[in-house]
Amino acid sequence: MGLVVAMAEAMTEFPVERRCPFAAPPEYDRLREQAPVSRVRLGGGTEAWFVSGHREGRAVLADPRFSSDRRHVNFPLVNADEVTRERFRSQPPSMIGMDGAEHTAARRALIGEFTVKRLAALRPRIQEIVDGFVDDMLAAEEHPVDLVRALSLPVPSLVICELLGVPYTDHDFFQRRTSALVRRSEDPQVRQRSFDELRDYLGELIDRKAAEPGNDLFSRQVTRALADGTFDRDATVSMAFLLLVAGHETTANMISLGVVGLLDHPDQLAAVRADPAKTPLAVEELLRYFTIVETATSRVATEDVTIGDVTIHAGEGVVVSGLAADWDPAVFDHPDRLDIDRGARHHIAFGFGPHQCLGQNLARVELQVVFDTLFRRIPTLRLATPVDDVPFKTDSGVYGAWRLPVTW
Amino acid sequence: MLIKADPTACVGAGQCVLTEPTVFDQDEDGIVTLTTTHPEGPAAAAARTAVTLCPSGALSLVEHDT
Ligand code: HEM
Ligand code: SF4
Repeated sequence: MGLVVAMAEAMTEFPVERRCPFAAPPEYDRLREQAPVSRVRLGGGTEAWFVSGHREGRAVLADPRFSSDRRHVNFPLVNADEVTRERFRSQPPSMIGMDGAEHTAARRALIGEFTVKRLAALRPRIQEIVDGFVDDMLAAEEHPVDLVRALSLPVPSLVICELLGVPYTDHDFFQRRTSALVRRSEDPQVRQRSFDELRDYLGELIDRKAAEPGNDLFSRQVTRALADGTFDRDATVSMAFLLLVAGHETTANMISLGVVGLLDHPDQLAAVRADPAKTPLAVEELLRYFTIVETATSRVATEDVTIGDVTIHAGEGVVVSGLAADWDPAVFDHPDRLDIDRGARHHIAFGFGPHQCLGQNLARVELQVVFDTLFRRIPTLRLATPVDDVPFKTDSGVYGAWRLPVTW
Repeated sequence: MLIKADPTACVGAGQCVLTEPTVFDQDEDGIVTLTTTHPEGPAAAAARTAVTLCPSGALSLVEHDT
């Protein structure tokens, strides 16, 4: 039924651009009201199933009959130009594009590095890093300060550099290429060049780790693989690429948006400041509210699967919109209210199922430390422009802000 | 209430440890381990929440074990 209605109108094109950071696109509500599993058009003229319900989204992401293989012709890529498709075909996938036993093996090689305990042990160093960048902000002679350059990007970049063993002095190089890669409106050739340059850079870095291992994640992975005879340079570069790109760009954008969200909801900010024990709740609610990664949770069916009232046939593409799911009013009452006390842990901003974000607990610690420290040390922090003038990343695979002028 | 964890299904997301560190832990390789199989009081309620948050279906509950 929903399908018929959706087809009678012009089919919605995914992803729908966000007009405002404080609202999910109303098109998602309309689609969800018609049917939690419907159809959308993707750039390039292809179509895919579109999951906008929270329950249905989790069901798809937890079901092993859906594949993450981006090389499949029907995998719903948002940037579905031929250059992009060829890129996925030409390189060994990282874990995010693997299925089943292959995925389990690749992920298990890394999860020991990301346990809750290991990350808790990093907290003092993360605090030191955040304090250092806030010191620099406070010493700035010119106002306003661009929070993206001063804090949002440097904190997760330095943290992930130290963890992985990437020289932080190269941060401009990898930040620019990552940002070009995830920007939809970027020329496909520029994206391709960014991709190639990043891969070359990481290839050389991995060679150096093999020759002279240090005390870092990349060295540990390379050393272990060399010792047990499983070292594969191309596959290692794919792993390194995923960790470096996913490890800084996402958290950076969540820092910027979290600050915008809290400043725009002074009652919520006041509650966090009155009781820092609430910061973890605030982080979960901000993750839900903004659900910044909407295009990674796509799949292709390997068998016929029934989700809700709809049978998705083998070979068909499915887009699960985390944003639509996290604004599903059946699960999150008045989803448009930023309410840190609601208990939002079951959001799918980090995905769900076997691919649920490997770095989620690192991101949580970083966001908690940043919000606590920033609002404690700069209590009068405010935006230096009306929020409507902030350049939000409406054309990027990771939602966020290009610049965020702040003052105090 | 009995809680069960299937280490073969676990994907090491740590949602359980984050929710109730007195019941769930991760070994060095990041895989779930249980500190107790019979949580009580508030820990039992939290363990119940952890089961609903676990992304991989590795956790399960048996309400009336004898
Ligand atoms: C707020 C910050 C972050 C958000 C919103 C986020 C979001 C996501 C999402 C939605 C997925 C699932 C993709 C899928 O279903 O295929 C994912 C996977 C992943 N993320 Fe994150 N992420 C964040 C931070 C990080 C960090 C800090 C790292 C650090 C290493 C990281 C590494 C990964 C990796 C390796 C995967 C693939 C896991 C797999 O395929 O098993 N992410 N992330
Ligand atoms: S929440 Fe589930 S997948 Fe994650 S560590 Fe615990 S048991 Fe494993």
